[in-house]
Amino acid sequence: MYKGGGIIVGLTVFCLVATAPFLLNIGRAAESGPTLSLDTPAIHLLSDPSCVESASYMRAEHMRLLAEWRDQAVREGRSEYVNSAGAIFALSLEESCLQCHSNRAEFCDACHNYAAVEPYCWECHDGGATGS
Amino acid sequence: MKIWPSFLAALALVLLAWAGVGLFHWQTLFGVVIPYLAFLTFVAGFIRRVVLWGRSAVPFRIPTTCGQQKTLPWIKQDKLENPSSPWQVLGRMCLEVFLFRSLFRNIRTEKRGAALGFGSAKWLWLGGLVFHWSMLIILLRHLRLFLNPVPAPIRGLEALDSFLQIGAPLLYITDLTIVFALTYLFLRRVVVPSVRYISQPADYFPLLLLLAAALSGILMRWFFRVDIRAVKELTMGLVTFHPLPPGQLSIGVIFYIHIFLVSCLFAYFPWSKLMHAGGVFLSPTRNMSNNSRAVRHVNPWNYPVKTHAYAEYEEQFREKMRKAGLPLETE
Repeated sequence: MYKGGGIIVGLTVFCLVATAPFLLNIGRAAESGPTLSLDTPAIHLLSDPSCVESASYMRAEHMRLLAEWRDQAVREGRSEYVNSAGAIFALSLEESCLQCHSNRAEFCDACHNYAAVEPYCWECHDGGATGS
Repeated sequence: MKIWPSFLAALALVLLAWAGVGLFHWQTLFGVVIPYLAFLTFVAGFIRRVVLWGRSAVPFRIPTTCGQQKTLPWIKQDKLENPSSPWQVLGRMCLEVFLFRSLFRNIRTEKRGAALGFGSAKWLWLGGLVFHWSMLIILLRHLRLFLNPVPAPIRGLEALDSFLQIGAPLLYITDLTIVFALTYLFLRRVVVPSVRYISQPADYFPLLLLLAAALSGILMRWFFRVDIRAVKELTMGLVTFHPLPPGQLSIGVIFYIHIFLVSCLFAYFPWSKLMHAGGVFLSPTRNMSNNSRAVRHVNPWNYPVKTHAYAEYEEQFREKMRKAGLPLETE
């Protein structure tokens, strides 16, 4: 090989960069995602604990739902959300969502930190972080 | 038309992933086996390609230059365009790798009436630069799915990329720019007749594959949303070599289409023009210093030629030359 030294150095750098996600995880066991806590007083009081929509829908779509709620509440002045089953909920983060999920650190933040998402909800709503 | 084979190939890959997961439920194949194989192919193929390049000799010192060579001390050298030392080469290479300096010099040649005109043509440079930087930022941003906890620089990069705060989840600027740039680079090959004439399926296919991968990611983020936590569990399983068991792989089909397209891109990379990523560093016209006046560059595969220097010649025929009255350099 010509210029073998340079080629080997270059390929070593390439291998380190390409396999960085593997190398940085050496010694880590397989971790499953965070367990979300549903252990709040408001949820315990419910006879049938269920969210405004199904859990699988909420997992994938809650951010869009909340963005729509925000627009509907702030721009259209609406205050009621009718879900897919026809039940009516207050169209409000603080009056619906956070009433049950009053444990922001163990519920919202757990997943958001895991997936490195920083929603700006908390810039206005404190989500019980300071104890509302 | 050379577009259709590439277009159909890209479409077939999408349909393959859709059918494989949507109809046959081969989640383990598309979510674990193919990504691992693709990554192995990528690394092994990349090394093979570079070693093959390394084994081919560079017979001449052939840097392409377009500035004043190093010469007399009172003539100013153009150190970046005509480097004479390794550090100057490094500077030139950095500009080439990070800013595509040689493409910036791209010009358009056209007939203006009877005369030949040369004009500035920066769009290709701009499109290429926007695409490559978007691609880099997107790659780095994806590390949030492969590291836990996510390091601050990655979070910062993501915050910067989404700082416009449009929609939920937030719009990434690079998602827009990569689609615009790829669309431009593709349309350029379709619309400009001279470029279309020299375009091959191997030129269209990477563009379409990249575009499909980017669009599937965008669709997944804003239109057919998936549970991102389940996605990260899968990706973390991959990088810790503890892939998830088949029961835990129920993520939307769009995710498997995305990861399959990206796997195809990785597997295709070492066998295609995309290897310019490694090739730019090994380009002899860029990575050599122009010091052929100062240093003798010997072709590494020169045959050991038998020489017979004049001194030896004179030694051999000294007596005969003296008798013939020829002048001798040494007595």
